[in-house]
Amino acid sequence: MFDLSAQLKQRFAALRSSAQFFSLRYVKQTSQHLSVRKNVAEPPHLSSDEGAMLTVRVKGVEAYAATNDVSLRGLQAALQRAEEQARLLAPHALLDLTEQPVSSARADYLSPHQQLAFPSLSDCYELLARESAAVPSNERLVNWQVSLGLENVEQIYLNSAGAELRQAQRFVFPGISVTAYDGQDSQTRSLGRENFGQQGGAEVISRCGLIGAAAKVADQALQLIMAPNTPQGPRDLLLLPDQMTLQIHESIGHPLELDRILGDERNYAGTSFIKTGDFGHLQYGSSLLNVTFDPEIPEQLASYAHDDDGSAASKQFLIRDGLLERPLGGALSQYRAGLPGVANSRACSWNRPPIDRMANLNIEPGEQPMERLIGNIEHGILMSTNRSWSIDDARNKFQFGCEWGQLIENGELKGVVKNPNYRGISAQFWRNLSAVGDASTFKVLGTPNCGKGEPNQVVRVGHASPACVFTAVDVFGGDA
Amino acid sequence: MSHQQQFEALVATLKSALTADEQFTLAYNAESSDFIRFNHGKVRQAGQVQQASLSFKLINDGRHADLQLTLAGDAEVDRQRLHDALQQLRETLALLPRDPYLLPNTQSWFSSNVHNQPLPDAAHVVERIDTLAHGLDLVGFYAAGPLYRGFASSWGALGWHQANSFNLDWSLFHANGQAVKANYAGHTWDDEAFARRLQLAREQLGFLSQPPRALEPGQYRAYLAPAALEEIMGMLCWGGFSAQDLATKSSPLQRLYNGDVTLSPLVNLAEQVSGSLSPAFSGEGYPRKDLSLISEGVARDRLVGSRSAAEYGLPANGAGWGESPSALSLAAGSLAIEDILQQLGTGLYISNLWYLNYSDQSAARLTGMTRFATFWVENGKIQAPVSTMRFDDSVYSLLGSALEALTTERELLLSASTYSQRQTDSSHLPGALISRLTLTL
Repeated sequence: MFDLSAQLKQRFAALRSSAQFFSLRYVKQTSQHLSVRKNVAEPPHLSSDEGAMLTVRVKGVEAYAATNDVSLRGLQAALQRAEEQARLLAPHALLDLTEQPVSSARADYLSPHQQLAFPSLSDCYELLARESAAVPSNERLVNWQVSLGLENVEQIYLNSAGAELRQAQRFVFPGISVTAYDGQDSQTRSLGRENFGQQGGAEVISRCGLIGAAAKVADQALQLIMAPNTPQGPRDLLLLPDQMTLQIHESIGHPLELDRILGDERNYAGTSFIKTGDFGHLQYGSSLLNVTFDPEIPEQLASYAHDDDGSAASKQFLIRDGLLERPLGGALSQYRAGLPGVANSRACSWNRPPIDRMANLNIEPGEQPMERLIGNIEHGILMSTNRSWSIDDARNKFQFGCEWGQLIENGELKGVVKNPNYRGISAQFWRNLSAVGDASTFKVLGTPNCGKGEPNQVVRVGHASPACVFTAVDVFGGDA
Repeated sequence: MSHQQQFEALVATLKSALTADEQFTLAYNAESSDFIRFNHGKVRQAGQVQQASLSFKLINDGRHADLQLTLAGDAEVDRQRLHDALQQLRETLALLPRDPYLLPNTQSWFSSNVHNQPLPDAAHVVERIDTLAHGLDLVGFYAAGPLYRGFASSWGALGWHQANSFNLDWSLFHANGQAVKANYAGHTWDDEAFARRLQLAREQLGFLSQPPRALEPGQYRAYLAPAALEEIMGMLCWGGFSAQDLATKSSPLQRLYNGDVTLSPLVNLAEQVSGSLSPAFSGEGYPRKDLSLISEGVARDRLVGSRSAAEYGLPANGAGWGESPSALSLAAGSLAIEDILQQLGTGLYISNLWYLNYSDQSAARLTGMTRFATFWVENGKIQAPVSTMRFDDSVYSLLGSALEALTTERELLLSASTYSQRQTDSSHLPGALISRLTLTL
């Protein structure tokens, strides 16, 4: 671990620059993606990546240069390129960062069980093959896949103000999906995959529930292919945590990103229906809504001690009792907007610059067990596991779809329905939050695939949530 | 050493290190990029990125594994990394069963495509933008630089693709929040051509000054400009033409390929690799072929990677990862550009769509949003911009029974995507006149 740390420090100390401030962010990532599809092991995909980003500040103007050559010569050349660019573009710069404070923090951060070995490649394939073989024989089950992703990431951040931040993280992404087909329609049921990932070791596979899951997932795919379509009309909507993650992500997370509010993303990811003046004033949701930026749940995907600009991370309420308190903005956005924020300046790797990103964005548990959430619904529907997402560029009008739906009538779960979709408007939807599940319904989930930024970046984000109920939501099904 | 020389040296290193029982494929990806973001007409964030990597597949006795490794650009360091990778893959192969779906291309072939037009100077581009966009709220992104792609195999295949390109993708915002989207991309920067693009966007911005009109949900006539149609096509590319997705009944175009339904006879869709900006070979080492995907509304070819070829007994045709098209071409129609508003009559002129996804994938039913410069048109005249609206409709309607006409002129839309690396995908599309588009929210 941190094999290059001493050498990097030596090389960083040897760099020559006339910039008022400069930093180096080195990232090394190795990964392994394994899959067994219909009982056939697919070839493993392995990767080994390393490089560094040099960032400079020259007379208040910042620029970066990223390089795959981490020798002293390569780092010095990159530093020089960044300086030249900062000077060339200075007359056209939007921001003067002369007075922006920089980090001088020194710390190490490790994922849980980082030092424990992960199961061997053979053991992993054996586990995947066992689950694949457990999918029952049925001519309507036309495809299934069991997968396991493993990513090890080391990052070392050094800067000219004396900061030295090292983090070593291991991310695990288990999953299974099964597709059923009846000659006309196909339905897929899954566990994990894009809706689950955690930091840690082999225990993450167990926490996902992958082991022994195949038969149940396959059975639910068959139930779906035989189920009627979701009926159309307003219903109370019970969302399980594996759909709440998407609901939080799209209609709270993105609109609260401060760089969007400041207009940086208007050409690509979009803007926000939230304005800087809304913080401290806007009633975002019902009084049951409590949303936190929480980097302190060890296993969650985006737990860390410092962000990629070196700001110290700690748990903060973004929305408390429904009232909007603070945005998702890192040190630079906080400086620009004059608002408090969080440590969420993040980059996907060494070759992309840090920008405001979601990290761990969670809903705090309430007080109701699942039985009471269901029992208090007269005319409703339960939805689980996101499969479709669409929202406008201001993150307001949305339509989301799930894999699994189950009607609720007079406080009882009834029949399974397929193609469960719902639509709404963020600014109104959260005000209809009528019940929040207790800690027994709370799950720590996340996704490896959040895209944003120019140049484009995909980062891992964590979402933890209890099950939640929303009143009178516009629900509908498909055509098939 | 040039990138090509570095790659060929690594190929030679690998060949000399392999045993008689081992085979390889080796793909090379590198780029050097200027990345400059703009906000409010000024430079918000600027940088340069240089990166290079190998995708290395080792094969031995029916077993194989892939390893992607970053190169440092230093011959000695990279030789050592390749040796380390070889050792790691040898150890990995010993743990694997034979793969029944391994089907490497064992043909020997050669391909070379080098476009070394001079790139624009980044400082000059920024100066032009700053000057011409003065007084405008411009937000956008400039990406430029050389791209390198290579491929080699044990069986004598050798491909090289090298091109300098730029892509300026931007929006102009009106104070009322409405915006126009524009793009200027290619191989050779021309100040006058850029000025014309910016002027056109500036004129379009003028149409957005009126208060936006809010529409009720319902069905409307609509014209989809090429950039809007590209979003729909992009969704169909997501598994629609994939041999594996079709075989596993997961394609959104399953019913089309089953022959249960057809699209409008106006729809003639191809994967037109020849003449496109993307390499002539796939990352697996198969030459990419021009394919007729849909002919007069009827499904034809599908995209077949090597794994699907082996599993389903199909001929591989150079499909890349995900078996998605990357040089999509929809044939032009008969609607003249100057007749669009008149033929639309009363309805929506939609410049762009955004954030599409499936409401019901088996039914090819899509939902998504209008974004940028959407106008309400009455009796052939633009009346007002339209507030953001959601549509929810089936491709079998939009490109089927509701498709009235395609335009005579097409736009070549170059991908501005930079996930992991600058992309070379393109779409060559007309605009589409639709008799009914369902708006829901």
